[in-house]
Amino acid sequence: MTSTTVEGAPARTIDLSSSTSVSRRLADVGFLLFLWLSLALALGTLVVLLTDVFTEGRPRLTWELISNMPSARPARAGIQSAIFGSLWVVGITAAISLPLGIGAAIYLEEFADPERWSNRLIELNVQNLASVPSVVYGILGLAFIARGPLGLGFTVITAALILVLVVLPTVVIASREALRAVPTSLREGSLALGATEWQTVQRQVLPAAIPGIATGSILSTSRALGESAPLLLTGALTFVTFNPGGLDSAYTVLPIQIFRWVSEARLEFRPLAAAASVVLLVVLLGMNATAILVRNRFEKKL
Amino acid sequence: MTSSPTARAVAPVSLRATGATRRRLLVQSVFKSLFGLAALFTILVTVLIVVSLVVPSVEFFREVSLARFFSTEAWAPLFNPPRFGVWSIVSGTAWITVIAMVVAIPLGLGVAMYLSEYAPPRVRSVVKPVLEILAGIPTVVLGFFALFFVNPLLVQRFWPFGTVSTFSGLAAGLVVGVMIVPTVASLAEDAMKAVPRGLREGAYALGSTRREVTTAVVFPAALSGIVASIVLAGSRAIGETTIVLLAAGSRPTLTWNPGDQMQSMASFIGFAGIGDQPTGSIGYLTIFAVGLFLFVITLGLNVLSIRIVRRFREVYE
Repeated sequence: MTSTTVEGAPARTIDLSSSTSVSRRLADVGFLLFLWLSLALALGTLVVLLTDVFTEGRPRLTWELISNMPSARPARAGIQSAIFGSLWVVGITAAISLPLGIGAAIYLEEFADPERWSNRLIELNVQNLASVPSVVYGILGLAFIARGPLGLGFTVITAALILVLVVLPTVVIASREALRAVPTSLREGSLALGATEWQTVQRQVLPAAIPGIATGSILSTSRALGESAPLLLTGALTFVTFNPGGLDSAYTVLPIQIFRWVSEARLEFRPLAAAASVVLLVVLLGMNATAILVRNRFEKKL
Repeated sequence: MTSSPTARAVAPVSLRATGATRRRLLVQSVFKSLFGLAALFTILVTVLIVVSLVVPSVEFFREVSLARFFSTEAWAPLFNPPRFGVWSIVSGTAWITVIAMVVAIPLGLGVAMYLSEYAPPRVRSVVKPVLEILAGIPTVVLGFFALFFVNPLLVQRFWPFGTVSTFSGLAAGLVVGVMIVPTVASLAEDAMKAVPRGLREGAYALGSTRREVTTAVVFPAALSGIVASIVLAGSRAIGETTIVLLAAGSRPTLTWNPGDQMQSMASFIGFAGIGDQPTGSIGYLTIFAVGLFLFVITLGLNVLSIRIVRRFREVYE
C-alpha cells in the first residue's frame, strides 16, 4: 500500500462541456433540496415523537404517577419502584463501569505500547465489544451472572453487572478520545521536569482530559438508564411493587416498566406508558444537556 | 549546575533512585498494573461471551441437527412439538434490516453531507446536539412510538401494497431506521470532514459547484468511512431487540409482505427470555443457539467494517 495516493481520490471527472449551466444549477438546487429534506425528516421525526409521547402521557403526568407503585389496576398504577430500581441499578453500574473503563482507557492511551500485539488485540477487542448487540450481554448475564457460576439470581446486582458489560466499551472509547485530545507537549513538559509517567498522568493529563471524560461518562450512564433489552432476560419483567432494599433484592427499572405497559393488552395502560416515557426522557435530556454543557464550556480551553 | 541559594534546600541531585523516587516508581507500577488489569478485563468479557454462547449451543445442536436448524421448517421452539427452522426469524431480521437501511442510508448520508459541506457553523452547533438527543432516545420509547403512532397513523393508512396488521415489520423497521440515522450521519460526517481541504479547493478552482464538490470529490474520497458507517448501522439494526419485540409482534412468519407480523432473531431472544425458560430445557438452549448466530453475524460485520476502512482508506499526506 502506497502512502500517498491523492490522485486516486477524485475518481470521476466533472465534464463541464456536456452540461449546460441551467441543468447544472437545477441539479444543484435539487441536491440542496434533498439535503434539507433529509435533515427535516430526521429532526421532524424527533419532534413528532416527543410531541406524541407528551400529549398521550399528559393526563397521567401527576404526582401520583411518581408516588404510586405499579398496580394491576391502571387507575392506581405508578412508577415509584421503577424509579428506585433505576437509581439502584444505574448507580451501581456507574460506580463499577466508570473506574474500570477510565482505567482501561488510561492504560491503553498512556502506558501501553501501541505496537505490541497484545495491546492491539485489546484495542480491536474493545471495538468489537462495542458492536455486540446488547441482548447478547443479556444472554451472558443469564448464563453466567443470574444462573450458572455466579448464580446471583434475578436481582439488582445482576442487572447492574450486565449493564456494566453493556456500557464498558463506550466508556473506554470515549475516555480514550478525551485522553488523546490532550496535547503531547503537556506530557513532554512534565516528563522533562522529572515527573514519573504516573505523576504526569495524574497531575497534567487527567485534569486536562476531565471534561471529555465527564461527557463520555454521563452519556454512557444515560445509555445504561435507557437500556431495556438485556434486562428482559433476567427477570426484570416480574411484577415488583416494592423498592429495592439491597443488592440481592428483586427489581424493576423504568424502561422495563414502560415495556410492560406498552405490551399490556388493556389500552388503559397506554397513557401510563407515555407518562413514564416522559419522565425517563426528561431525565435523559437533562443528562444529555449537562454533557453538552460540560463539553462546550471546557472545549476551547486547551 | 549553578547553585542558587534556593537550590540548596532541594535534595541533592543524584542519578540513583532515592527513597522518594523509588516510592513514586512503586506507586506508578501499582497504578499501571491496576489499569492494565482493567484493560485485560475487556478480553475476559469476550471470552465469557463466547463460552456462555458456545457451550449451551453445542448441547442444542446435539438435539437439533444443523440441517434441521437451517431447514424451511416453521420456527416454534417453545411449543410442543417444537419446530426449529431458523429461516423464519432470519427473514424477519432481514426485513427489519432492509427497511431500516432504506430509511437510514439516504437520511443519514443527506444529513452528513449537509453538516460536512453546507451547514453554517451556527446551524451545525444546533443540529449536532439534536442528533445526539435522537441517538439517546431509549428503544422502549421508540417501540411505543412505532406501535401506537407510526403503525396506525402512517403505515396502516398510507402503505399502498398489501395489508398491514396491528403489529407490523414495516413500522418496526421504519423506526429502527430512524434509530440508526444518527449513527450513519455522525460516522459519515467524520469521514467527510477528514477529506483534506486542498481537494475541495482544487475542484472549486476548476469551476465546480458545491454539489459537484460534495458528490464527485468529497463523497468518493470518504467512501471507505461512509461504507463502514453503513455496515455498523446495519449491524445495530440486526441486533435491535426492543423496538422489534414491541412493534413487530411475536409470531415468526416467512413472508413477502412487510406489513405482516414478524419476529427477528434478536426479538426472539427477548421474547423467549421474558418467558423465563427452565435451565437446560430445549427452549432455554435455543436462546443461546440464536444468540450465537446473532453474535457471529454482528462480529463478522464489524470485522468487515474495520477492514473496509483499513483497505480502502485514501491516505493523505
